[in-house]
Amino acid sequence: MNAHALEGGFTEAPVQSARAFREILEAVARPGTIHRVQGARPPAPLSVAAGTALLVLTDPTTHLHLAGRADCPAVREWIAFHIGAPLAVAEEADFALGTWDALQPVSRFRIGQPEYPDRSATLIVDCDRLVNHGPTLTGPGIENATWLNLPETAAFDANRALFPLGFDTLFTAGDQIAALPRSTRVEAT
Amino acid sequence: MYVAVKGGERAIDNAHQWLADERRGTLSVPELTIPQIREQMKLAVNRVMAEGSLYDPDLAALAIKQARGDLIEAVFLIRAYRTTLPRLAATQPIDTGAMAVDRRISATFKDLPGGQILGPTFDYTHRLLDFALMAEGEPAPAAPPTAPAPSAEPEPRVPHVTSFLNRDGLIEAAEPSDAWPPDLTREPMELPADRTLRLQALARGDEGFVLSMAYSTQRGYGRTHAFVGELRIGTVAVAVEIPELGFAVEIGEIELTECETVNQFKGSRTEPPQFTRGYGLVLGQSERKAIAMSLVDRALRWQELGEDFTGAPAQDEEFVLMHCDNIQATGFLEHIKLPHYVDFQAELELVRKLRAEAVAMREAAE
Amino acid sequence: MTQASPLSRKTWMATLAKAAPARLAALFPDLPPHAVLRQPEIGAVMVRGRVGGTGVPFNLGEMTVTRASVRLASGEVGHAWVQGRDKLHALRAAAVDALMQTDRADGLTAQVLRPLEVDARTHREIRAAKAAGTKVDFFTMVRGEDK
Repeated sequence: MNAHALEGGFTEAPVQSARAFREILEAVARPGTIHRVQGARPPAPLSVAAGTALLVLTDPTTHLHLAGRADCPAVREWIAFHIGAPLAVAEEADFALGTWDALQPVSRFRIGQPEYPDRSATLIVDCDRLVNHGPTLTGPGIENATWLNLPETAAFDANRALFPLGFDTLFTAGDQIAALPRSTRVEAT
Repeated sequence: MYVAVKGGERAIDNAHQWLADERRGTLSVPELTIPQIREQMKLAVNRVMAEGSLYDPDLAALAIKQARGDLIEAVFLIRAYRTTLPRLAATQPIDTGAMAVDRRISATFKDLPGGQILGPTFDYTHRLLDFALMAEGEPAPAAPPTAPAPSAEPEPRVPHVTSFLNRDGLIEAAEPSDAWPPDLTREPMELPADRTLRLQALARGDEGFVLSMAYSTQRGYGRTHAFVGELRIGTVAVAVEIPELGFAVEIGEIELTECETVNQFKGSRTEPPQFTRGYGLVLGQSERKAIAMSLVDRALRWQELGEDFTGAPAQDEEFVLMHCDNIQATGFLEHIKLPHYVDFQAELELVRKLRAEAVAMREAAE
Repeated sequence: MTQASPLSRKTWMATLAKAAPARLAALFPDLPPHAVLRQPEIGAVMVRGRVGGTGVPFNLGEMTVTRASVRLASGEVGHAWVQGRDKLHALRAAAVDALMQTDRADGLTAQVLRPLEVDARTHREIRAAKAAGTKVDFFTMVRGEDK
């Protein structure tokens, strides 16, 4: 195994993972808000936030789909050593990671079942940047409205129509993270 | 309502303090140490490991001390602790054929390769209380036999008895496989349950319950007539495949009890006459549990062996598997002591109302 | 003097994992300079048995385990997965695993690993001797009419 893959995990797992988990929880509870997470130093092309989200949310039982350039030997080895998550095709993934383009078509990802809406996929979309400009977000966890530079609105609109089924999305850029759960309504401004 | 909360807090703090005092007991009596419990109450430690479903003798000893000897309370502590541990891997299946046996007996064959080894058993004791153990200053233990010079020979394997019956095709085979077994600690148990799931549930099931279920099969509730084909207690190595290395490495050793029962079988609609098997495997030295487990395992196999369902509780998968876990059992049992004041008030009102209606109806009829 | 055969990595990792922590600490008290790749982490592994001893695997119960990984200044990476919850023991075992990949291997084999192997073998043989003492020997009975 490439020695570099063995580095870049949490140095103080209990504290770092608890803090990162709290930030991610806040991001999902208040959709569109941008938070900072750190602790992971994953290999390229993963951002710090994407790597940290993987360390916190995935484990040997969560099937992970790597899309596009995220699916490279360095990333696979890093995940194998630090997490042990089994890799899977998009249709069977509990988590999927990549840029928005690499994750297309998102219709492949699990949306859950009527008895178990939680048996769905969570997408981790690595972006260039996250800012509160762009399409309008309303719904649970948002007092009036907020804005986030989503890559598009059509796919999220279609996803919202499936509620309570659907996938959930985390957006990452550098050490920033924001969330768009399936319950949020999006509108192009 | 704030007053009630504060009063409750003070009462709870005092209760915890008193609990700690009671746990410690009379101060002039020396405090129990974890090594003492681990070494001298080993069979209690084994039970807590088996039913807690976590092999760690020090933790089990600690749980027993903290629980003041209440073994089900100790199992509760172990189960709770276990939820804090990340699951790193599954081991390679342990090889009981390679066990360093302390005890190995068979009720079906007198002379067998490896011999009948009694081990440190209670079987031949007279069951008279030994008051010498009550006196202070036990005699020094016998000096250990001098170890022979380390040899280069590998330890001989003690083969399973069933392999002999297997040769003539008289006993059903247990074909090796690498199928990934279900895990009831990760996914809720759903019925009908695979045999592997039943064995997992029984291995961590309450010893008393499994014992009684097994006894019921012997008294006629279920038509099995079992012999202990082999009972072995000893140590096996545990190996795990290390992802970063790509090969498996031994990471430790555990003590296990394994019981194979052989059951008479006259054949059925679907199976030829054969001996059939029951299997018990328990963490630690836990002979009674292993034998009981193998009897219950056999009783629950009636369907796959084409036998009739006689209505015996031990054949009823739902009855056995849903009630064998003592933490689930005591959890629900003991919850009825929690405040149900509102529920009960509602019941009280209903009873009063029904009685009033009954009285009114009687008066109206007169 | 005969050359002892080099131990394979599987063998020495097993010896280190199964060693009593106090004994390994006594034989190898000082860790070499190292970077920690994986902080000692306590977890559990699910122990599997086989139905009927030889058949389909089933989940028997969990066991505590501690794992750690280190890298020496010279670049060798050592791993340890050890039964139990002793973090220092795991770190020490990982350090020895790394050093066994350097030219210190022969020295460590003689001073640390062989003594541990002798310990393990002695313990096993003492126990086996006790077990053998309880083996029922059906043919030592002398019947009165044979005299």
